[in-house]
Amino acid sequence: MTTASKLNRLTPYFFLAPAVLLLIVALLYPIGYMIYASFLDWRPSQYISEAEFVGFRNYINLWNDEAFRESFGVTLKFAAVVVTLEMALGVGLALLLDRNLRGMAALRTIFILPMMIAPIVVGLMWRYMYHPTVGIFNRTLKNWGLEPIPWLSDGTWSFIAVVIADVWQWTPFIFILSLAALQSLPQSALEAAELDGASGWQKIWHIKLPLMMPVLIVALLLRLIDAFKVLEVVLVMTNGGPGLSTEILSLRIFRTAQEFQELGVAAAMSNYLLILLMLLTTIMFVYNKAVENRAARLRAAAQET
Amino acid sequence: MPTIRFEQVEKSFGAVRVLPPLDLTLDDGEFTVLVGPSGCGKSTTLRILAGLEELSGGEIYFDEKPISNLASKERDLAMVFQDYALYPHMNIAKNMSFALRLKKTPAAEIETKVKRVADMLNIGHLLDRKPAELSGGQRQRVAMGRALVRDASTFLFDEPLSNLDAKLRGKMRTELAEMRDTLDKNMVYVTHDQIEAMTLGDRIVVMSEGVIQQQGTPEQLFKEPANKFVAGFIGSPTMNFLDAELVSEKSKLWARGDGFNLPLSKEMTATLKGYSKKEVTLGVRPSSFSTDTKAGAPIELRLVVSEYLGAQSTLVTKCGEAEVLVEHESSSPVRTGGTLKFGVRTEELMVFDKETERRL
Repeated sequence: MTTASKLNRLTPYFFLAPAVLLLIVALLYPIGYMIYASFLDWRPSQYISEAEFVGFRNYINLWNDEAFRESFGVTLKFAAVVVTLEMALGVGLALLLDRNLRGMAALRTIFILPMMIAPIVVGLMWRYMYHPTVGIFNRTLKNWGLEPIPWLSDGTWSFIAVVIADVWQWTPFIFILSLAALQSLPQSALEAAELDGASGWQKIWHIKLPLMMPVLIVALLLRLIDAFKVLEVVLVMTNGGPGLSTEILSLRIFRTAQEFQELGVAAAMSNYLLILLMLLTTIMFVYNKAVENRAARLRAAAQET
Repeated sequence: MPTIRFEQVEKSFGAVRVLPPLDLTLDDGEFTVLVGPSGCGKSTTLRILAGLEELSGGEIYFDEKPISNLASKERDLAMVFQDYALYPHMNIAKNMSFALRLKKTPAAEIETKVKRVADMLNIGHLLDRKPAELSGGQRQRVAMGRALVRDASTFLFDEPLSNLDAKLRGKMRTELAEMRDTLDKNMVYVTHDQIEAMTLGDRIVVMSEGVIQQQGTPEQLFKEPANKFVAGFIGSPTMNFLDAELVSEKSKLWARGDGFNLPLSKEMTATLKGYSKKEVTLGVRPSSFSTDTKAGAPIELRLVVSEYLGAQSTLVTKCGEAEVLVEHESSSPVRTGGTLKFGVRTEELMVFDKETERRL
């Protein structure tokens, strides 16, 4: 092989090099750093080189730590509840608003506004609304002569309060994805169903939902991944309390690093979360791949006949 | 099977009127074809009948019962869509049985019905496939099958063959014609293809710009078109139209124009008495020309192009400045650039009013 053709073969790699380098610096280095840190007993006051290497001690301790396990449980419960509610509401609203009436466009725009607000602002806003005396909810209850609700001072209520705030902010995400899915459905199939005698509900159940399923599953996984990482809203509203009732994992990680100054432990926690999220992401990719493969297989079969 | 009657049915989309008031009666057990160029309102008419579009005025009656307030599913109709409209997520058996399943028909009965129709349409071996796994022609059959399984009183077809290639279209057309003869149902068929209309329709309704131009049997439309539009739309190759003046000479009317002077038949001379010295449009079918100059009135045409089609050729010729199509037996060869002599069968000539375009 001549030198020239060798060079030619290498050309693509020269062009790829900057992007690969950027990827390594921006992504792999921090992740590697975090994984390394999780094996250390490391305080913020120390250089990382001064920290003591403790092997898997952080992971094992966490595994046996009641509070961490509870926090993990709260996170799972939170993610399950908010994503279920958001899916139900988002898809429901999309089905309701999927029609071409005057003013619908404006209404749709209003519905997606919450998604545009920074989570920290959403947290603050809801904290004021949940305020025990001057918040809008308790003031309204009082005006109606009803008992005030201990929104943020009772374990159960504070969990409900953060769920409501998250559902308020992220239902629109499911809503716009569902609406887009609905509007790309084959109209004539729906008309055929109409002539076949399907009622509105039957059309939703037998035609619309099954055809939306690929989009809905991806939306569900995206929301699930996000719900496991939620931080600001909870931090601002309850700071995990009262007790551990709303201490989701990301908040515990934040506090372990910030308040307890245990960087190694926080890194180990992050890695537990990372494993969970990678699992979800893998499911999503596998699902997407399966959908693609299926479509390709059907196309190939059609060409054979 | 009901008699379907449109009475002053109108449709507007916003300010755009697509159907001016329309009256139409579809007789019991008839295969009616609505035909016309795209945008003529034929599909809208069908969709209004199906209940997929609301009418803006008038009423549709099934026998004497007004139905415009009934939902699609209450009208006892089955429809075949242009893009087939199969349910992509259901296999073929599920597609075909959807309506029956909604009606909670017993499973055994569903199976028998689906199987019977599937065998009739030769799609029995495809029942557990998904629509995406089928070819266009197979999907078309499934769409047809889904409608047939329903056993509705009226079948609607919205350009069902237009997405197929020419060969398959011809084949499906024949099968549809067979189906028409075996099923005693009302069928309403929309197409822009006059050949489909002629081969399938018991009755053809020709539409243009939302207005019914003429309705009748294929033969009536071909032999006695009501106006220039119908004459030009029905028949292939299309009718030639020439500007002419009617002149009375030797107790006969003559159609005289740039490069021709043709005598009209006795009957036409009688009916057109008042039109002497008037400007008219003369219609000549490409099939009215004969190479035997004694078979009719003589005419000389300048050959531009010969389009060879097999046994027949279509000659593109010039008569004066006007283009004239001639249907010609390929066995007698012609030479381009030369002048050809033909005999015109004058009893087949048609005369149209220049202003109103009505046939006189």
